Amino acid sequence: MTKGHVTAVNGNMVSVDTDGIVTMNEVAYILTGGRRLKSEVIRIRGSSVQMQVFEITKGIKVGDEVEFTGELLSVELGPGLLGQIYDGLQNPLPEIAEKVGYFLEPGLYLKALPRAARWHFTPVAKVGDKVQRGMVLGWVPELHFRHQIMVPFDLYGEYRVVSIAEEGDHVVDDVIAELEDTRGNVRPVKMYFSWPVKRAVDCYAERLKPKTPMVTKTRIIDTFFPVAKGGTYCIPGPFGAGKTVLQQVTSRNAEVDIVIIAACGERAGEVVETLKEFPEIIDPKTGRSLMERTVIICNTSSMPVAAREASVYTAVTIAEYYRQMGLDVLLLADSTSRWAQAMREMSGRLEEIPGEEAFPAYLESVIAAFYERAGIVKLHDGRTGSVTIGGTVSPAGGNFEEPVTQATLKVVGAFHGLSRERSDARKYPAIHPLDSWSKYEGIMPRKAVRYAHNFLERGAEVGAMMKVVGEEGTSLDDYVIYLKGEFLDAVYLQQNSFDPVDAAVPPERQKQVFALVLRILAARFEFEDKEDAREYFYDLRQTMLDLNGTPSGSELFASLFGKIEKAITDRKPEFDPRGLEMIATLE
Amino acid sequence: MNKIYSRIESIVGNVIAVKARDVQYGELAEVRTRYGISLAETIRLDRDTAFLQVFSGGRGISTGDEVRFLGHPMQVSFSDNLQGRIFDGAGEPRDGGPALTDNLITIAGPSVNPYKRIVPREMIRTGIPMIDVFNTLVKSQKLPIFSVSGEPYNQLLARIAMQAEVDLIILGGMGLKYDDYLFFKDTLEEGGSLSKTIMFVHTAADPVVECLMVPDISLAVAERFALKGKNVLVLLTDMTNFADAMKEIAITQEQVPSNRGYPGDLYSQLAARYEKAVDFSDAGSITILAVTTMPGDDVTHPIPDNTGYITEGQFYLRGGRIEPFGSLSRLKQMVNGKTREDHRAIMDAMIKLFAAYRDTLEKKSMGFQMSQWDRKLLKYGELFEQRMMDLSVNIPLEKALDQCWEILAECFEPRETGLRTELIQKFWAKRA
Repeated sequence: MTKGHVTAVNGNMVSVDTDGIVTMNEVAYILTGGRRLKSEVIRIRGSSVQMQVFEITKGIKVGDEVEFTGELLSVELGPGLLGQIYDGLQNPLPEIAEKVGYFLEPGLYLKALPRAARWHFTPVAKVGDKVQRGMVLGWVPELHFRHQIMVPFDLYGEYRVVSIAEEGDHVVDDVIAELEDTRGNVRPVKMYFSWPVKRAVDCYAERLKPKTPMVTKTRIIDTFFPVAKGGTYCIPGPFGAGKTVLQQVTSRNAEVDIVIIAACGERAGEVVETLKEFPEIIDPKTGRSLMERTVIICNTSSMPVAAREASVYTAVTIAEYYRQMGLDVLLLADSTSRWAQAMREMSGRLEEIPGEEAFPAYLESVIAAFYERAGIVKLHDGRTGSVTIGGTVSPAGGNFEEPVTQATLKVVGAFHGLSRERSDARKYPAIHPLDSWSKYEGIMPRKAVRYAHNFLERGAEVGAMMKVVGEEGTSLDDYVIYLKGEFLDAVYLQQNSFDPVDAAVPPERQKQVFALVLRILAARFEFEDKEDAREYFYDLRQTMLDLNGTPSGSELFASLFGKIEKAITDRKPEFDPRGLEMIATLE
Repeated sequence: MNKIYSRIESIVGNVIAVKARDVQYGELAEVRTRYGISLAETIRLDRDTAFLQVFSGGRGISTGDEVRFLGHPMQVSFSDNLQGRIFDGAGEPRDGGPALTDNLITIAGPSVNPYKRIVPREMIRTGIPMIDVFNTLVKSQKLPIFSVSGEPYNQLLARIAMQAEVDLIILGGMGLKYDDYLFFKDTLEEGGSLSKTIMFVHTAADPVVECLMVPDISLAVAERFALKGKNVLVLLTDMTNFADAMKEIAITQEQVPSNRGYPGDLYSQLAARYEKAVDFSDAGSITILAVTTMPGDDVTHPIPDNTGYITEGQFYLRGGRIEPFGSLSRLKQMVNGKTREDHRAIMDAMIKLFAAYRDTLEKKSMGFQMSQWDRKLLKYGELFEQRMMDLSVNIPLEKALDQCWEILAECFEPRETGLRTELIQKFWAKRA
């Protein structure tokens, strides 16, 4: 084992002299005051090595001994990850709390996977089978999933199964199979293995194009700015615009198998809400608590900065692991700006030449590499699995021109820009309908969505004009377009996440309501004057909002729906033929 | 035995360099200058050189001065004797009382395990309707008061200190004007709250390094009292001075600045302090109220901007009043549902009407004709400003809620308020 000793300390960066062999990004421990502080090698220059320390560096002395492990920063992958709450280095926080109480203790690292838990193993592979990394050896039930025990991802090449355990209970440390490589070396395989977090898991046959929509049950996302399974999206927004609330709502309602929440450098209080609420909320799809499909990686703002950088990688590695089982995984990272800031802090300590706003020059490539770990893949046995990544961005001063937002926009497939203006007006979710975009196919035909979106654009134009010339100077036709835009915004784009019905709208219902909204948009109403038009749309809006709060299939729903249809036909309008065409495409 | 070094290699700004062995990162040292002894903290180690930030500043230090390392990081004494006392940023008495040296605790300790936190659930009553009714302060919340120089933010803090229902108040002053320091002292003394107050005050005349210590010392002491079961309210004023002190040190240390000269870790540094706000499940709590004066009244300036991302809302103090718009307590929903049944409804109704009043004011200033409804709104706005927003109004929450109903009844018909019928029947009738 390579050893060295500390030569300099500057914030969370420590320099070490060593004459042994050192690997870039390997983990080393600084031995100080009876503690072992975990750190990562981030620069090697001759015999001098710079490391970032994942703990408070107070108390470290020049001359302190350093042990290099030869291993890259890794996570444990195996049964027992679901429902866990980890810090950025995959230490289980509940167990740390049990051990040392209220405060985190530097230098205390615990095993990520429970060692005592027994899992009922069922073999799938047979002796003599040819296998490669990522292939299934057997499975254990983990909550309501079949957790597949796979050939460890770091066993490159062809292997033959020499022995495999029979059906029965095992702990993760038990050897459940032995594999022989082409040279005759036998490798024991346990129910878990490690994988370095900064390397993307690549045991699949091919990467596919993200096509299937990932339903979030938030109307403005699913209908207007959809996200595909295996896609990426970002949510930039100033403070108070509702980024975290939007992420929380998505983590609850998204139609995926597993959700990984990476709370990266944000408020601890918000994580606590998730921690306390999720075990109580029942997932209607599985009938089990939401916590059972969730893994939380929590490195809040006051926890050490270097571990914050690691936390997003820890999260994405766990996501990729479940993807290898053919599951759809959603990773929500809140916030990627804090992760970028962690890189900036370290870059400053390394005295690298700063780029824009002192972010390092490699900011863009690092952000791109992270989002590229999303994707839908075809596994070797033909199944598909996906990792979807949604990251929030906290731009300084709420200005989207800053480097992190811009670097992120280059690589994501959808952009949900939150606006202060909309959140101040209590229009939630505050996704700006004119600035945002998505490159993915959603649950509705693109043409129909564009038809509706056109009303938002033109409505906004008329609204801006009206501010100058006043209502009097606006023609009735323009005014009606303005009202239609406002109507669409109020009843469809805005959604009340506190209302039990409105909070989560399934795709069928979205289609049904969207068709109705399109009919209203396409109708060429005859109004006497602006007052008449305004009153008419106010009434429609009120009924529509009532409808939004009413469960589908109920009597009230049908009667409100009928009431709106009648309100349309009563006016005996003609319909824009293009609009009718669009409605037809929905069916 | 602590080693003594008698040669200072370099003096740059407030930072001195000493060739020394066996020094810990963060270790404290004493520097003996001809003007007295000052503490210094090790902020960087490079081979056999230790860099120390001298609390009293670099001025007057000679290369021949003595440096003695103490073998421990910055500490502060913790005991019940602290109550009623006033200290400076280095933890030395400012009130002429005896120095406290027993039971020393380390400052800026590790953060609380998120798993051990609980969801906030209790309000803190302040007697200020704009807070209690409209943006309720919650135990364990961290809230900044965004303001600009010249506003009475220190008066507001002093009032909250006197009236808040908490066990202990810790006031951390950073770059306080001496007059303001005396104001706090006198006000708390007159109000009889001094005995449950601990003050750590750095005045504008004191060395800038001491300013950096104030939040850490205040919060370390608060944390200990909270663990002993006390509900502690920490008042910090002014965090902009703290951030500027950080900027000053970072620049003299030749750190690469990120935004308007502030160091790249401004967010992490502020968060490390604000995140000390906590509610321990079976002990006390820490609530933080911190003044942040916005340079140039610009909320996108790095200090208020980073603060806004960290804290759970903000109060805007403008024109001597807490602004109803922009001010936000993110945690109010957790408590205002269980105070009184009309609390949430009346809060929303009052704010909506006040927004309408502001629109009317704008119309009026543009010379439009005032309708009957406009005149009602104008009357309403005036009463609202007088009886709710004026900072001298000092009434408990229930009384403030009653007052809301009274204002509404004086100005409007029940159906004009948009309030639910059952609430109107219960509360509107009660008044008549």
